[in-house]
Amino acid sequence: MKKFLSLALALLMVLTCVSVFASCDTEKKDGEVTLTPVAKEELKLGVILLHDEDSTYDLNFINGINAAKKALGLEDSQVIMKRNIPESNACYDAALDLIDEGCDIIFADSFGHETHMLKAAEEHPEVQFCHATGNQAHVKNLANYHNAFASIYEGRFLAGVAAGMKLNEMIEAGTITAEKAKMGYVGAFTYAEVISGYTSFYLGAKSVCPSVTMDVQFTGSWYDETAEKNTAMSLIEGGCVLISQHADSMGAPSACEEKNVPNVSYNGSTKDHCPNTFIVSSRIDWAPYIKYICEQTIKGEAIATDWCGTISTGSVVLTDVNTTAAAEGTVAKLEEVKAALVAGTTHVFDTANFTVEGKAITSHKVEEKEVIKDGYFNESDIMSAPYFDLKIDGITLLNTNFG
Amino acid sequence: MNKQEAKKTQEKASRVREPLFHVIKRDTIPLWKSWMIRVIAILAALLICGLITLVLMGRNPIEMYASMIKGSFGTSRRIWKLLKDTAILLCIALAVTPAFRMKFWNTGAEGQVLVGCLATTACMYYMGGNAPDWLIIICMLVAAVAAGAIWGLIPAIFKAKFNTNETLFTLMMNYVATYLIAYFLLVWTPDGSSSLGRLEHGHLPVLLEDVVGNSYLLILLVVAVLTVGMYIYLKYSKHGYEISVVGESNNTARYIGISVPKVIIRTMLVSGAICGLAGFLIVGGLDHTVTTESAGGQGFTAIMVSWLGKFNPIFMVLTSFLIIFLDQGAAQVSQDFNIRGAFPDIVTGVILFFIIGCEFFINYKIVFRNKKQKEEQA
Repeated sequence: MKKFLSLALALLMVLTCVSVFASCDTEKKDGEVTLTPVAKEELKLGVILLHDEDSTYDLNFINGINAAKKALGLEDSQVIMKRNIPESNACYDAALDLIDEGCDIIFADSFGHETHMLKAAEEHPEVQFCHATGNQAHVKNLANYHNAFASIYEGRFLAGVAAGMKLNEMIEAGTITAEKAKMGYVGAFTYAEVISGYTSFYLGAKSVCPSVTMDVQFTGSWYDETAEKNTAMSLIEGGCVLISQHADSMGAPSACEEKNVPNVSYNGSTKDHCPNTFIVSSRIDWAPYIKYICEQTIKGEAIATDWCGTISTGSVVLTDVNTTAAAEGTVAKLEEVKAALVAGTTHVFDTANFTVEGKAITSHKVEEKEVIKDGYFNESDIMSAPYFDLKIDGITLLNTNFG
Repeated sequence: MNKQEAKKTQEKASRVREPLFHVIKRDTIPLWKSWMIRVIAILAALLICGLITLVLMGRNPIEMYASMIKGSFGTSRRIWKLLKDTAILLCIALAVTPAFRMKFWNTGAEGQVLVGCLATTACMYYMGGNAPDWLIIICMLVAAVAAGAIWGLIPAIFKAKFNTNETLFTLMMNYVATYLIAYFLLVWTPDGSSSLGRLEHGHLPVLLEDVVGNSYLLILLVVAVLTVGMYIYLKYSKHGYEISVVGESNNTARYIGISVPKVIIRTMLVSGAICGLAGFLIVGGLDHTVTTESAGGQGFTAIMVSWLGKFNPIFMVLTSFLIIFLDQGAAQVSQDFNIRGAFPDIVTGVILFFIIGCEFFINYKIVFRNKKQKEEQA
C-alpha cells in the first residue's frame, strides 16, 4: 500500500509541477489567409466519416461525395476517406493526418465532430474545414471553418403530404374514421433538428388531411435498432396508423413491415426491405455541397460560412414513390406541392397553419434574432442547421429525451 | 460360426489402432523454440491474409502490408499517435492485470474507465471558469480515480461477502456506467443534442509541444511510470505476493493467514483506480469531452492485452503495441483501398487468431502415431 501511495503521490507531484507551466496556450489569432486558386488536378479532399457504408447516414454522404467526385472529374487519389472516426480527439488526429496527406479541404459528417474540427481549423488557417450539421461556424467567425445543411424540412413536408394522402385513402375506404387519423413518429433526441423534422412532416400531412394528429416518442440514440423497432411497435399498439422516423437504423421500417403499417422513411429508400409498407423517403443529397466547396477552392474563392442547400438546388430530394403502398395520385400531388415550395408560394412553417397552446405565433426569437418574418417561421436563415423548436398543437410528445 | 465370429473380433481389434496424433502437455520449452513457434505463426498468418486479400479483394497483398506499416510509421505524427494509443490501452490493461492475477475476472474495465471519464468531465463542466486550471486538474484526478475505484469496489464487496459471479457483475456495471453518461449528457446539453463538445477548461498541461509537436508526451510519461510501478508492485511487493497466492488457491491463502476478502477488495480498488486514471488521461489529456463511446471498447481489448502478455506488465507493452499497430494498419488499409472497415478487421482478426493460437503449440506438443511407435520400439 505504501508503494502504491508513494506512486500516486509522485504522480500528483508531477502533475502539479507541470500544471504550473500549463495554460500558456499558444493562442493563434484569426490570421487572414489570402486564398489562392488550386489546380483541379492538385485538389485534395479529405473526408471524416463517423461510420462506414453500413450506416444509412454515412452511406448517404459517401454516395454524395462519389457523385460529386464523378461530376468534377476528380481522380480516386484526390478524395481520401477516413471511416469509423469517433466524436473524440480521434477526429482531430484524423484531420491533421489528412492535412499531412496534402488535403486542401477537410469535410466531417457528424454533429459531434464539430468542436474537434474547430480545434484543427484554428491551428491550420491554410486549410478549409467544412462540417455538415454543425452550428458553430456563424459564432466562431473563423475564415476557414464552414457549416452546411439543407432545408430537409421541405423534403419532410413533401413526405408528410404523401402520408396525409395515405391517411385520406384509409378514411375514404372506411378503415379508420377522420378522428382516428393518428401518425406515430420515432425520434432520436428532443433536439431542434428532430423537432423541425417531425413538425414539418406533420404540417405536410395536415395540409392534405386536416384532422391528423401525431404521437412522437424518442429513443435517446441516433442509432439503436432494437429501441427504434420497439418504439415503432408501441406506437402502433397505441393506435398510430402510419409511422415515420428520424433515426438511422432499419428498426422502425421493419416494425412497420411486420405489422403491415405504412411507413414514410428517411435517408434513403427502404423499399427492398419493406416492399408492402414503404411509401416514400426524403433525404439530403450532399453532392451539390461537395461540388460547391471543391469548385470554390479551385477558383480560390471563399466558401460560405453557412451553406443551406434547398429543394431547388437539388440538395433535398425524395426517393421514388412506392406505388404499392402509396395512395393514388401521390406522385402528381407531390410534383404540385414541390413546385409551390420552389416558387415560394407555399411555406412549410406558415404561421397560419399551426398554433402553440391554442395561439398563433407572431414573434419568436432565436439567438436574439426575430425569426417570424412575412407570416412564416424562417428556418435555416440565421445558420444552416435547423432551429425550429416550437411544440405545436396536434403533436403529442409521449416522452422527452429518454427512450 | 464361432470361427467367423472370432475372426471378426480379431479384425475389429486390429482396426482399433492408436489415433493419428496425441496432444501432450509440454513440461518446459526452450526460449528459442517458443519464439520460433511465434515467428512461424506470424509468418503463416501473413501468408493466409495475403491469400485472402488476393482472392477476396483481388489486390496485391504486399501493397496491403505496405499500407499497414505506413498507417503506423508513415509520418512522425502517426508514430506519436501509435505511441499515445498504445499508452492508453496499456494503462487500462495494467489496471485489469492485478485482478486477473488473482483470478478475479474483471470484465468491467470499460465501465470503470467510463466513470473515470464522467467524473473528469463533471469537474471540467462545473468548475470550468470558476477555479484555476491547476485546481480543476487536481480535482479531476482525484474524482476520476475515486470514481473508478468505487466502480471496482462494488463488485469486489459482493464477491468477497456473498461470492457473487464477478464476471457478470462487472459486465453489468459497464451498462450502468454507459447510461449514467447518457443521462448526464442530457442534463448538460439543454439543446437536447446530447453532444457536449470540447470543454474549454481543465486541459492537462502540454509538455514540450515545440519539440515533439503534439500534446501526448505527458500521457506517455505517466503510463511509463505506471508500467514500471505495476511491475514492481506485482513482483516484489507483499501485496503482489498475496495476489498470486489468492490466484493459485483460496485455501492456501487462508491457510497461510491471508484474508482473501481483504485482498479481493484491495486489489479491485487498485484495478478500478487505475481505470479511473485512464479515464482522466482520455478526457483531460485528449478528448476534453465525454461520450458514451469515450472508452471505445478498450476496456475489453485490454483483457486480451493482459492475457497475451501473460499478466506481465513488461510483455504487455509489446502486446498493446501490437494491437494498436494492427488497428492503425487496418484503418490505413480501409483508407488506401477505399473500402469499408470490415475487410481490414478480418485481416487483423486472422493475425490475432494465429498469435493467440500459437500459444497452444507452445504449451502442448503433438505426437504423431508413427513417431510414437518408433519411440516405443526404441
